[in-house]
Amino acid sequence: MLKAERVSKVYRIGAFGRKRLLALRDVTFGVEPGEVVSLIGESGSGKTTIGRTILRLSPVNGGAITFDGADIAAFGRRELKAYYRQVQGVFQDPFSSYNPIFKADRVFTVIRHEFFPGVRGADWRRKISESLEAVSLNPGDVLNRYPHQLSGGQLQRMLIARALLLDIRFLVADEVISMLDASTRIDVLNLLGSLKSRGLGILFITHDLSLGHYISEKTVILRRGVVVEMGSTERIFGNPLHPYTTMLLASVPQLHKKWDEVEAELRGPAGGNGGSRVERADRDDEGDLVEAEPGHFVRADAA
Amino acid sequence: MALQVDNLRVHYRTLNGDVKALDGVTFRIGDGEIMGVAGESGCGKSTLGKSLIRLDGRMKYVEGRVTLGGDELPLANSTAMNRFRFKRVSIVPQYSMSALNPTRKVGTMIEELLESRGVKFRTVSEELSRRLELVGLSPDVLSMYPIELSGGMKQRTVIVLSTLLDPELLIADEVTSALDVSSQKAVARMLVEFRDRGFVTSMVVITHDISILYQIADTILVMYAGKLAEKAPAREIIESPRHPYTRLLISSLPEVGVTYADKRLTGIPGRPPSLLDPPKGCRFRDRCPLAVEQCKEEPPFVEIAPDHFVACWKAA
Repeated sequence: MLKAERVSKVYRIGAFGRKRLLALRDVTFGVEPGEVVSLIGESGSGKTTIGRTILRLSPVNGGAITFDGADIAAFGRRELKAYYRQVQGVFQDPFSSYNPIFKADRVFTVIRHEFFPGVRGADWRRKISESLEAVSLNPGDVLNRYPHQLSGGQLQRMLIARALLLDIRFLVADEVISMLDASTRIDVLNLLGSLKSRGLGILFITHDLSLGHYISEKTVILRRGVVVEMGSTERIFGNPLHPYTTMLLASVPQLHKKWDEVEAELRGPAGGNGGSRVERADRDDEGDLVEAEPGHFVRADAA
Repeated sequence: MALQVDNLRVHYRTLNGDVKALDGVTFRIGDGEIMGVAGESGCGKSTLGKSLIRLDGRMKYVEGRVTLGGDELPLANSTAMNRFRFKRVSIVPQYSMSALNPTRKVGTMIEELLESRGVKFRTVSEELSRRLELVGLSPDVLSMYPIELSGGMKQRTVIVLSTLLDPELLIADEVTSALDVSSQKAVARMLVEFRDRGFVTSMVVITHDISILYQIADTILVMYAGKLAEKAPAREIIESPRHPYTRLLISSLPEVGVTYADKRLTGIPGRPPSLLDPPKGCRFRDRCPLAVEQCKEEPPFVEIAPDHFVACWKAA
């Protein structure tokens, strides 16, 4: 459904944009309907840039992003509006997505003006109730309230409900739960899971490997703008091939295993070369992606 | 005994009344103990950390007694506390990455800070370079501006600075939260190493991320709505929590290995009560699946097993 093909992005930085920063290099992946793809990377990996280019908030410098085969860069005004009916984004900080002066449900009114000028009041209210219920919110609890009266989880779910008002088929979820409390973040995560079963394609951008593992079918590991490893989530976590992926996995704080135990496991029983694999993580990736096992791709120089 | 806190109450003054952010907490930390404090936003964990070193303008000391190494800390008297700050009690604040003055070179800033506390820079500069090297930073950072350092480097610099005078108590507030997983691990391990080397006697590590605490803390204190819910050795909190809140909190955390398809995790329904006018009795009562009539009375924070304290009628 949505494909990124050899996408590159260059930012100009420094005084007068004299320096260039390669934010993305030849990034290629696809998301199908009913699929959650995790895009995992550390800060500066370019993961948010990918989300922004998919939403056409910033243009690509090379390659193309296609939706149902059409290049989104070529969309004119009308086509772009039709695109936004189907593709929406939700971002990290729910508090800054709302204007604190207005009631929180104003985010729905904005959509109505833009996309549903002809819908009657009663129909519109019913539509809002339906989409709030779809994100397990009680309309009575959240409508007619100011943002500060609602929790981060409620605000974040309202933004997802807002996206659902449109007939969306693809959602870019950029770090949507990293600012939420532990007891509510799992609810938002489960919500993404239920949207998936309704046939939505979701790009789940995160730095947290355990969240990515919980929710997604496919995983893309990004480092400094380059895809170093991608494939089914199960294979990536079960058989990580790139030293960078191994290093990330060894760094995640786990609840029932200490770091020392994880490192010992990665090193293997014979004290193999796990340690050197971890050390080798810090190199540049010049090779191409190769298929190491069916559906599991890794940068050539690591395989 | 390194730190003893008795019935400490600190409230925030607001236009609508006092927010009872820290409402009577009692616990102790032993010498060499790293105590983690976990809880959701608004539970009072940062208030606890700040209260032990400096009350800001909105905070009001209500009652309670805190002793460090036998000496009582004059929490309510900011001037008298100066004697303890930085030398005996030190803090790595939340957002400490922006605590470095952007217009000063790191070394200049540290020098000015030390001189303002009556410590000659020359007497500690050798130790400073040695400790920077220990945490993988070249002493060259001293001649750099903060903007030239990465987030992890800034965080390490601030920790080295905060602990330079070997405090008895270090309060580390969300020191790993804004970092990437790899620097998170380095910074967390650095805290343990500083304790092992005796740069810091005891530590209070505040974070919302329990899995980090499991990695580095000796004991974990779980807070809920301004009160203590549970305190126990780290492994016991994770493997056999007794307070219903701790149990629900831990079971809602996704781990590597758990998937949506295999094992659906659930959150905790509801929200914590407002601390402007908190309900009497157990504050978790409205969200608790085990709540009974007795929970309308406040449960005491009691030791139910060696070193395992819980505030719950159903746990005892």
